[in-house]
Amino acid sequence: MPLQTPPLRGIHADRGAKFTEFGGWDMPVEFDSIQTEHRAVREDVGIFDVSHMGQIHVTGPDATTLMQRLTTNDVTRLEVGDAQYAAITDEEGAIIDDTVVYRLPDEDGHATYLFVPNAGTDEATHERWIGYRNEFGLEATVDNQTDEFAMFALQGPNAADLLEDVSEDAPTELGRFEATYATVAGVECWTARTGYTGEDGFELVVPWPESETVWSELECQPCGLGARDTLRIEAGLLLAGQEFDLESNPRTPYEAGIGFAVDLDTEFVGRDALVEANEAGVEEQLVGFQLIDRGVPRHSYDITNAEGRVVGEVTSGTMSPTLEQPIGLGYVPVKYADPGTTLQVVVRGRSKKARVETTPFIDTA
Amino acid sequence: MSFDVPDDRRYRESHEWALPTDDGIRVGITDFAQDELGDVVFVELPDEGESIAQEEEFGVIESIKAVSDLYAPVGGEVLSVNEALFDSPELVNEDPFGEGWMLEIEGADEAELDELLSADEYEDQIA
Repeated sequence: MPLQTPPLRGIHADRGAKFTEFGGWDMPVEFDSIQTEHRAVREDVGIFDVSHMGQIHVTGPDATTLMQRLTTNDVTRLEVGDAQYAAITDEEGAIIDDTVVYRLPDEDGHATYLFVPNAGTDEATHERWIGYRNEFGLEATVDNQTDEFAMFALQGPNAADLLEDVSEDAPTELGRFEATYATVAGVECWTARTGYTGEDGFELVVPWPESETVWSELECQPCGLGARDTLRIEAGLLLAGQEFDLESNPRTPYEAGIGFAVDLDTEFVGRDALVEANEAGVEEQLVGFQLIDRGVPRHSYDITNAEGRVVGEVTSGTMSPTLEQPIGLGYVPVKYADPGTTLQVVVRGRSKKARVETTPFIDTA
Repeated sequence: MSFDVPDDRRYRESHEWALPTDDGIRVGITDFAQDELGDVVFVELPDEGESIAQEEEFGVIESIKAVSDLYAPVGGEVLSVNEALFDSPELVNEDPFGEGWMLEIEGADEAELDELLSADEYEDQIA
């Protein structure tokens, strides 16, 4: 299958980006260097092209019911302009995907939502919504708009200042997880105070044909998926396919540490299983760790206890550009999950001492 | 994008270089290799006095995004390693053919050096 390309692929290539395949998309992974890009976001501001993220639009008389039944959080708490993190779970309560749900202004008097599934999952998610809508006999329109909108993430302590430079109605009064339509570089964009870096910042949903204007006016360090990964690991945020994967690493939201995004007082697919899981308590949970010995932990490396018995697996790891220390995430039995616990990570056949740390690893906005 | 390929030394297909010096053969990785790896964060090198054979793995280089084995372009005894890389692995990015060197090998066989690629041949490989 040919890779999908973001609208600005040519512009990124001219800027000297290296590309990688991610979720079926050909995306910029590095513009200058991961460390340079990472530092720009932590200390100043950087911009990411995240057009590989999906956009699914849901409206109609039963839009709220449909969203409520297919996401783990309570969408009835959302007022227009609110954003909410949620998981999408299967009947067993395992995470299929995680997503941010935005409540858009009402359309034709009906509550209307935009949610953002992960790269490459938009078609399956769209089908899932249509399938359940029909099964439940609900009246709702579900549109996959992934190819209609680019998405940019403007992230860093100076993101609001930069947005103000190019937007007369820059919504800098927005709180975290709030959103509104704003005119950015002359283009109306859904503008949300959300992100995936642990910093202050905005995510912009931009009509695809006008994406070049917005990108070029928001002049700052362009950042690729490489820095996006190091930033989100420092912030302790999950990556689909690594911290959860329905096929290779099925996890409940409780195991993955996102129980805060589950509201068991709502009715959703997977709820009954999660009530049981919540009562039983988790056997394994996602922890952050730092390597004490030299080395870099990476996805799929074994985690052992201090005696060398394998007890878990690294889901993500990197050399933290901010801390200048090797850090990672992985699942271990709860008895090894307390911060300060000594573990080992097997790096290319050699055991390296590690210590469980609280996440996020850094102070977040 | 074009990369430096100095013609004072010889090259291995796996992107290591070998430069004859007064003491032995100095070894490092190429400009192309450091660019492919990106930010180098960790280099694992053998101990001084260790013997290594041509084509043997002599160490590991880790960047933020990847990990890669290092292969000896020539065999011999490790005369010295560049300890500056332990605290400043970024030297490999900044100056791969100079300050970012990795090993000095003594007692190498001249014939092994001759087997390696010339600068022109290596340049063709990465073109």
